[in-house]
Amino acid sequence: MRFVDEFRDAEMARALAAKIVALCEPGREYKLMEVCGGHTHTIYKHGLEDYLPQQITLVHGPGCPVCVIPMGRVDDAMALASEPDVIMTSFGDMMRVPGSNGSFFDAKARGTDIRMVYSPLDSLKIARQNPDRRVVFMAIGFETTAPSTAMTLLRAAADGLANFSVFCNHVTIIPAIKAILDSPDLRLDGFIGPGHVSTVIGCRPYEFVARDYGKPVVVAGFEPLDILQSIYLLMVQLAQGRATVENQYSRVVPWEGNGVALGAIAQTMALRPYFEWRGLGFISQSALRVREEYAAFDAERLFAVPGVRVADPKACQCGEVLKGVLKPWECKVFGTACTPETPIGTCMVSPEGACAAYYNYGRFARQRLAVVSES
Amino acid sequence: MTAGNTGVPAREELVLERIDRVRRARPRVREDRITMSHGAGGKATQTLIEAVFLDAFRNPLLEPLEDAAALAIGGGRIAMTTDSYVVSPLFFPGGDIGDLAVNGTVNDLAVAGAEPLYLSAGFILEEGFEVADLMTIAASMQAAAQEAGVQVVTGDTKVVERGKADGCYVNTAGVGVFRHDRALGVASARPGDVILVSGPVGDHGVTIMLARGGLDLEADVRSDTAALNGLAAGLLTAAPGLRAMRDATRGGVATILNEIAAAAGVGIVAAEDDIPVRTEVRGACELLGIDPMYVASEGRLVAVVSPEDAESALAALRAHPLGQDAAIIGTVTGGPPGIVTLRTAFGGTRIVDLLVGDPLPRIC
Amino acid sequence: MCLGIPGEVIEIMPDEPDLARVDVSGVRRVISVALLAGEGLKPGDWVLIHVGFALSRIDEAEAAAALKFLAGIGQAYADELAALAESRIE
Repeated sequence: MRFVDEFRDAEMARALAAKIVALCEPGREYKLMEVCGGHTHTIYKHGLEDYLPQQITLVHGPGCPVCVIPMGRVDDAMALASEPDVIMTSFGDMMRVPGSNGSFFDAKARGTDIRMVYSPLDSLKIARQNPDRRVVFMAIGFETTAPSTAMTLLRAAADGLANFSVFCNHVTIIPAIKAILDSPDLRLDGFIGPGHVSTVIGCRPYEFVARDYGKPVVVAGFEPLDILQSIYLLMVQLAQGRATVENQYSRVVPWEGNGVALGAIAQTMALRPYFEWRGLGFISQSALRVREEYAAFDAERLFAVPGVRVADPKACQCGEVLKGVLKPWECKVFGTACTPETPIGTCMVSPEGACAAYYNYGRFARQRLAVVSES
Repeated sequence: MTAGNTGVPAREELVLERIDRVRRARPRVREDRITMSHGAGGKATQTLIEAVFLDAFRNPLLEPLEDAAALAIGGGRIAMTTDSYVVSPLFFPGGDIGDLAVNGTVNDLAVAGAEPLYLSAGFILEEGFEVADLMTIAASMQAAAQEAGVQVVTGDTKVVERGKADGCYVNTAGVGVFRHDRALGVASARPGDVILVSGPVGDHGVTIMLARGGLDLEADVRSDTAALNGLAAGLLTAAPGLRAMRDATRGGVATILNEIAAAAGVGIVAAEDDIPVRTEVRGACELLGIDPMYVASEGRLVAVVSPEDAESALAALRAHPLGQDAAIIGTVTGGPPGIVTLRTAFGGTRIVDLLVGDPLPRIC
Repeated sequence: MCLGIPGEVIEIMPDEPDLARVDVSGVRRVISVALLAGEGLKPGDWVLIHVGFALSRIDEAEAAAALKFLAGIGQAYADELAALAESRIE
């Protein structure tokens, strides 16, 4: 596969790994955060940590837009889906996220009409094909996905569709990064920046991290060589005592972002004054809602959603794991009450939430190391 | 705190041990309603089988939970299996529910090491289903049966109201005879053994996903449904040290590797680069964010052989039209027991665990 | 996040210039290229695809440069290894 296979080359990886080791100051520990869930996934899927020295710890950040949706919002979505004439459409990622009364998957088992879609455009198509039903699209994701929802809203408006609406749960990445940086119990040395969010927002929004907090940011692609190279670039900056924003993913990310995408978001959506992030609490100006001009397509206005705030279960320590303060196995309920089959909190819900990733891949480090050292 | 030379802190080890204890505990179905996960062939399916069926029917013949049961009858040994086919859509590129049913049943018998002989075919038909479609399905079944050298010798028909049975469900049972005394079974895998697959994986699962229409993807992918008894017979002859065979259906290659590791209490190391996957199947999986290791095939077998027989087993597979792209994909190790480790194409390693349910397309 | 995959533009749909058929390793799908309006997208171009939308055009020059950098590091590493293998102190 072009633009994919070349960035999975093992030889180059070994070379990069050697360079990374050479940049480590003896006795110094490095904590680098990869913000984005997609990066967490790549790291585990390709076994990237086998290439890194013990001194470098990768801390998994809150960049999993599925994980951060609070239980109350999931309950709202389930309420929408339960309306008699509603077809709820959703990405696969949402299907297992638990609310107070189970997940979309469980609701489907009880007979609720919930359908998985690959694209919001597919949701529009279902709306056109079912004029007597009301179709709701569960919109999730960071700025990577918001433009697609925005374009879909514009399309629905242009076509005058009467039976389509969006339940908007888009969140924005910068406030989350700032919340991490402002967290008192966290010491990070640098950030592996989210590659696909940056195709939309560009690289400028991260400048405050370098300027005000003195931490380097390297916007990274999603192939394993991209991430290794980004770690290398971060280590170079740290060795030189610099802190700037660099774009490793320049083949895809334009420094200024995508103006058309940003325009579509601005036209159809507005920032909510605050939004609750599961595990991180309320963060101001961190999420999007549908604008008044597009009220006819705003599920929150068309339907009465309960809007009840549901607190995370007491046992849940996701907040600290999300901020990188606790490692997954340090959470009291990790692996016993909270497993991928029976997730309590956000970090276990999505396959690349930090706890799920550790449970499925990372916890076998001991065995993996045994296998690796035999070879 | 570190423990020994593994570099894993002692407190972390305690947590990991606690998790392993919980996982080994008696399986219990937590849900009070069946969900689609229970049918996906992964953890949820296994728990259901163990907690409900094994618990209720418990007997030594059932316990191995292999694809077919080996029964001693009248001085000889026969193999018996059963399957149900509920695939939707009923017709798809490369086949239909009919040949899927025949091939699937034949394969369960073949991988047990038996010679498949006779099938039963029970049909549950939805009121309103087109007779012409039923005739097409029956014709496919006959063609598949002839190809495999088996006969459908008994059957049953039921009709249910409109809205049930998705058109047509097919249930089969199959009977075969063991022409030898060898006891095959995944529990007999031992360190040093070699694991082979007979061809590229994931074609059937991707075909069905695309045929369902919701994803709007076009690709030149066809189901790989095929009868494996020829391949299996060839392996039995070429590899006296053949330990076990499995057909890679729902849950994919990853599930089978886990079943072997768990049953035999061994470790498995597989190489991602060596697992054959067609380009279009890989493309579809990348696009949807699905791992081909968990995607179903319907005409591929996975074999565990002694190391001395690896080359002749591979040659035997490749000599057969259905096994031309056969490959060695991994080896059995002493441990850690029950763990399947994958050497990624990139050179790192990761663990391949059982999925809870179906692999779902993702956007993140 | 997250799942964005490179694909090649096969054709711009004749009646709907906002839509294009793309190819990912032999798998084809019609996606929206509305977010790249004004960039003069044509068959043969490569784009990053996410949930049925093209988010960005892949800059082949930048891709080549990235690979060259990586290959350079790879070569330097190989050279170093070779030098290490050849050198002896005793």
